[in-house]
Amino acid sequence: MDFQQIVFPYRRSADHDARAPLRHPVVVVGAGPVGLSLAIDLALQQVPVVLLDNDDRLSTGSRAICFAKRTLEIFDRLGLGQRVVDKGVSWSTGRVYLRDAPIFSFDLQPETTHERPAFINIQQYYVEGFLAKRAMELPLIELRWKHAVVGVTQEADAVTLQVQTPDGTFALQAEHVIACDGARSSVRQLIGQEAKGRTFKDRFLIADVKMAADFPAERWFWFDPPFHPGQSVLLHKQPDGVWRIDFQLGWDADPEAEKQPERILPRVRALLAHSAMKDAPFELEWASVYSFSCERMERFRHGRVLFAGDAAHRVSPFGARGANSGVQDAENLAWKLAAVMQRRAPDALLDSYCAERELAADENIGHSTRATDFITPKSDVSRLFRDATLQLARDHPFARSLVNSGRLSTASTLHGSPLSTPDRDAFGGALGPGAPALDAPLRRDGRDGWLLRELGTGAFTALLFAGADDESDAHALQQAASGVAPLQVLRVAHDGDGRSAGLRTVVDSSGLIAQRYDGQPGTVVLLRPDQHVCARWRRVSGDAAHAALRRALALH
Amino acid sequence: MALITAPHFEAADAFYEALIDAHRDLSAAQSHELNAKLVLLLANHVGEHAALNDALAAARASVLHAGVKPKESL
Repeated sequence: MDFQQIVFPYRRSADHDARAPLRHPVVVVGAGPVGLSLAIDLALQQVPVVLLDNDDRLSTGSRAICFAKRTLEIFDRLGLGQRVVDKGVSWSTGRVYLRDAPIFSFDLQPETTHERPAFINIQQYYVEGFLAKRAMELPLIELRWKHAVVGVTQEADAVTLQVQTPDGTFALQAEHVIACDGARSSVRQLIGQEAKGRTFKDRFLIADVKMAADFPAERWFWFDPPFHPGQSVLLHKQPDGVWRIDFQLGWDADPEAEKQPERILPRVRALLAHSAMKDAPFELEWASVYSFSCERMERFRHGRVLFAGDAAHRVSPFGARGANSGVQDAENLAWKLAAVMQRRAPDALLDSYCAERELAADENIGHSTRATDFITPKSDVSRLFRDATLQLARDHPFARSLVNSGRLSTASTLHGSPLSTPDRDAFGGALGPGAPALDAPLRRDGRDGWLLRELGTGAFTALLFAGADDESDAHALQQAASGVAPLQVLRVAHDGDGRSAGLRTVVDSSGLIAQRYDGQPGTVVLLRPDQHVCARWRRVSGDAAHAALRRALALH
Repeated sequence: MALITAPHFEAADAFYEALIDAHRDLSAAQSHELNAKLVLLLANHVGEHAALNDALAAARASVLHAGVKPKESL
């Protein structure tokens, strides 16, 4: 099936003919990777969603292309991870070249003991297509194509949206509106807000080229290659024999002229001529010329309207932090919105979305800005140090740590989150409060599996490392959660440990769960529904667990 | 301050001589390049972030303030 040819049907909705605007719990604006992920996550937590998109097609061209491990893990929970991974090209190695010589390589995931790879490459339209298909399976989602938001009015208890369709304009109401409508967000403009930041004075040609090339599935980045002197080039493998090539052009390039095939083809030919595939046939699938901005809204929440993904924050593409951070926004918001809508948590829980994801946006913008400053030095002295670093990197390992062709997306640790309970007990390891859960292999009922697959949607999980009092600990945890939040207790046992009646038990067959979480007999690690650590204890008490769960729901 | 600014050289005069010597016969552009590479090599050797920040601040302050003479006296 050619995903680029899919046209989704416009349908007239019941709202259109209502005498007074109908009120919906949640309206999500924008059916891109972020809006679709959010809608699916909400529906899986029993929250009905109206999802509006101003178009009726999937995105054009490869666009986001690199989907990170954390995003794949979220897609697993949403029920489409395997489909995305099966279609995508998995990779974890990056190579950096100066002129025509490799200066170093990096492996983003040297451990093989995780279910998902560091990254897959896949055209954004496939990801959107798989997400849309998943959304259409869920009766709680109403996906409405050709519905453009043209007006936003906030009242005390609802937001009224004016929506333009091929049948004309109508109004609908929502208790909460989540704007996932991209870098040029119309919702943002309609409420009079803007994203502020830096635009980089450089232009990049991005081309999807179909060719029978035999480059490996690695990220290749050239500084000053002989086939494109003075600039940088990035090469990525995609499914369907399509290669994504990013050519740095400089600020003076004419974006219209550079988009023309007669300009693009010689650039691709020059790249191929420098490889073993001189004169290999190829065809151009899609091309675009970009300049980059790093910017964000000052606040991601304005009353009952919240912003996620590119609508809230924007980064340069080096590091693949756009779509990946947007999907993390969606996951952070979904369980909180569900808890608020279902009256299990106060409205203040939504403020924690802003606190956590605004910091994550700053971290992403920081990385992306540093990479862009390295790739596009903005002063003579900046270029002097950049070139000095690259030349030293050939001979001296230390300089390789300074070479920045993009620091690739990893899940953000939610430092200083108001929802985290600070450690009182002594712990080693990196998985402190705020850290995203790490995957590890396990056995359950005699079958091999993965830890993250054992964590449900919409519920907290307490990892209880098997000790002397598992049953009473588990009972205390369940009592602590009773009336506060859904909680799954997952007992993590060693091979030799016996079963424990009534306790869901997994076997830490490789010892890696204990190693990664610094688990000792009796240790409890409390994970939020979005799989971030929010508290941990060497010995748990019901009171401490109760307080930690309330804190994680902003129930102070 | 994490940066050592008290005398710390094993052989101060010899180092100074070697520094100037390293620039011998270089163009101004090559000297800039050498200085940049020297900064990077030494920064890695120091490693300690606080000391590096102190050094950057001290050098910048010296450029902006201490090194400037009043205009009249130029």
